[in-house]
Amino acid sequence: MSIFSYNGAAIVAMAGKECVAIGSDLRFGVQMQTITCDTPKVFKIHDKLYLGLSGLLTDAQTLHQKLMFRHNLYKLREERDMKPSTFGHLLSNALYERRFGPYFAAPVVAGLEPDGTPFLCGMDTIGAIETAKDFMITGTSPESLYGMCESMWRPDMGPEELFETVAQCLMSGFDRDALAGWGAVIHVITKDKVISRTLKTRMD
Amino acid sequence: MAESQYSFSLTTFSPSGKLVQIEYALNAVAAGATSLGISATDGVVIATEKKLPSALVDETTVQKIMTITPSIGVVYSGMGPDFRVLVRRARKTAQTYYQTYKEHIPVAQLVRETAAVMQEFTQTGGVRPFGVSLMMAGYDDNGPQLYQIDPSGSYFAWKASAIGKNMTNAKAFLEKRYSDEVGIEDAVHTALLTLKEGFEGQLSGSNIEVGVVGPNRSFKVLTEAEVNDYLQEVE
Repeated sequence: MSIFSYNGAAIVAMAGKECVAIGSDLRFGVQMQTITCDTPKVFKIHDKLYLGLSGLLTDAQTLHQKLMFRHNLYKLREERDMKPSTFGHLLSNALYERRFGPYFAAPVVAGLEPDGTPFLCGMDTIGAIETAKDFMITGTSPESLYGMCESMWRPDMGPEELFETVAQCLMSGFDRDALAGWGAVIHVITKDKVISRTLKTRMD
Repeated sequence: MAESQYSFSLTTFSPSGKLVQIEYALNAVAAGATSLGISATDGVVIATEKKLPSALVDETTVQKIMTITPSIGVVYSGMGPDFRVLVRRARKTAQTYYQTYKEHIPVAQLVRETAAVMQEFTQTGGVRPFGVSLMMAGYDDNGPQLYQIDPSGSYFAWKASAIGKNMTNAKAFLEKRYSDEVGIEDAVHTALLTLKEGFEGQLSGSNIEVGVVGPNRSFKVLTEAEVNDYLQEVE
């Protein structure tokens, strides 16, 4: 049993034309037992920046809290929101600080830079950062998720199309995963607003 | 005078509510060579007199204006060695910020951190305040900025100001000459004229130092030749 598959998760983030979308499944389980189906793994940092965290749920929650702490102080000091690229580096740094006793979480950062350009990046458990122009995934069934995203992603999708694509990739991706699923939530971030939709899926 | 009874211990307030060591630190600053800064619409200039103790000193090795980051420079009035310690700390702060955020530190943040260091030394046992006032100049996303930081740790943003020996006259001169629309080239000229006011002898590229940051966000200390060119324009 791997520590990364103790709880289970599926997270997909994609970039479109001046928009990004990020979604996750809703299952909270402990190994084979499903406890609830209302636990999203995507957290809002600010209006234009969302963070998805897979892996051990307790570490995901703690990391989220610690980063909110850092971001709140940053906002008070610098009187501005953190840019997604800056946040990505901050997260990478924070993870590497625990190099020899890491957080068992694999993050995906999705947001819009101040000039409206989409920003996506993902990291491993000790903070090795990788930026992407198309999509970023993490979870307990990476092969399925990569396969779906690779086939379905196209450049310059609008917000509606992006939502459909992320929804299909996520749902088909976690279909075959026993540890992820039981519903999904997807946030589409554009210049003026964020549209969040909850999906009803196969509850297994 | 009753004040002097409280002037031995830094961390003790005098009856009038002052920390006398800080007052004395400000005296050390006021005895130092004049430095000034002017913030223009498209940049900032800082300048200082480079008064050397003897003609035998190799003035090319004396550096009073230092770069902290590619976009931020600093000059001082007061004790040189104290300045070097602060520059070291400021550079480290800036680099730590860059390592965490991969973004260059905004001027106001660096000023805050440096001021916090200076304040620390007014409230810790066994240390004395820094005997320098700093003029920090930089260009970031909020445009050109100029800050003064005192030994107490208080800091102020200025449109134009002077510190050191001739500061009152220099500030009066700047008040008359400053306008909100001044560009960086004019600002350099004004800075040189202000230095000239209190200078004993002839200004030249080898006895003053000038640092400029423009819209390219690159802080540069002007070379002797460049300073001489500006001086010729001002004559």
